[in-house]
Amino acid sequence: MNKRGLAANTQNELKLSFPSLSVNESIARSAVAVFCAQLNPTVHELADVKCAVSEAVTNCIVHAYRDCIGIITLNLRICTGGWLRIEIRDRGCGIPDVAAARVPLYTTDPEGERSGMGFAVMESFTDRMRVKSKVGAGTTVTLFKRLDGRG
Amino acid sequence: MIKQTSSFTHIQSAEGMEITLHGDIDHHSAARLRSEIDRLLCTERPKRLWLNLSAVEFMDSSGLGLILGRCNLLGELGGEMILRAPAPRVEKILRLAGLERLIPIEAGKKNQADGSY
Repeated sequence: MNKRGLAANTQNELKLSFPSLSVNESIARSAVAVFCAQLNPTVHELADVKCAVSEAVTNCIVHAYRDCIGIITLNLRICTGGWLRIEIRDRGCGIPDVAAARVPLYTTDPEGERSGMGFAVMESFTDRMRVKSKVGAGTTVTLFKRLDGRG
Repeated sequence: MIKQTSSFTHIQSAEGMEITLHGDIDHHSAARLRSEIDRLLCTERPKRLWLNLSAVEFMDSSGLGLILGRCNLLGELGGEMILRAPAPRVEKILRLAGLERLIPIEAGKKNQADGSY
């Protein structure tokens, strides 16, 4: 912890919790956009972050809490060096095979017209993605993006 | 009543139909667009459909599912789809999924008067 009561290397932090209702997809990405505006991102960087967050939250709603409504938690941090760290956590069903789920076009829900591009978009629109999951316990996706104003 | 973040309009001409999507396309909005557009396509059965994306403010991979699903339905009905005038941020996700290999993408003609497509 530093002087401001924040974790090391952290300049600001925001935590949000909301139920897995699809109407919250747009609210979540807008909240992240407002938070990361402090780093003065370009229009392109902001669009990338919003899209990545939308994918992660949609995954929680469509897959993690497939048959129920559960809580999704976002933990947003601005770290030193212009890094944005976004953690998206659910306590849903978990992913049995994370490596397979990360492959583009992989989907367990073709009837729902899911394109299977969720993780591919998150990975491509950020600088780094980490996925931790346990069946029956939930999934935590952590996205890192450096907002240096260069696009 | 929670307000809708997306909508679509359509016009029909001798060449076919043009559907213009407006607003934010995500998983929440795609479900409603899907059923309303399908109803229109099944009734009108256009031979050629231009899906105009110029007024899409935001689109994630749910939009890819929406586009591919309508393209498949149109194929079953004997029609074909052409994507028109996606903004650069929308085109980025279309190309990430390789959609341009399945559906032609046409640049829009810019309206000189107001800058819209």
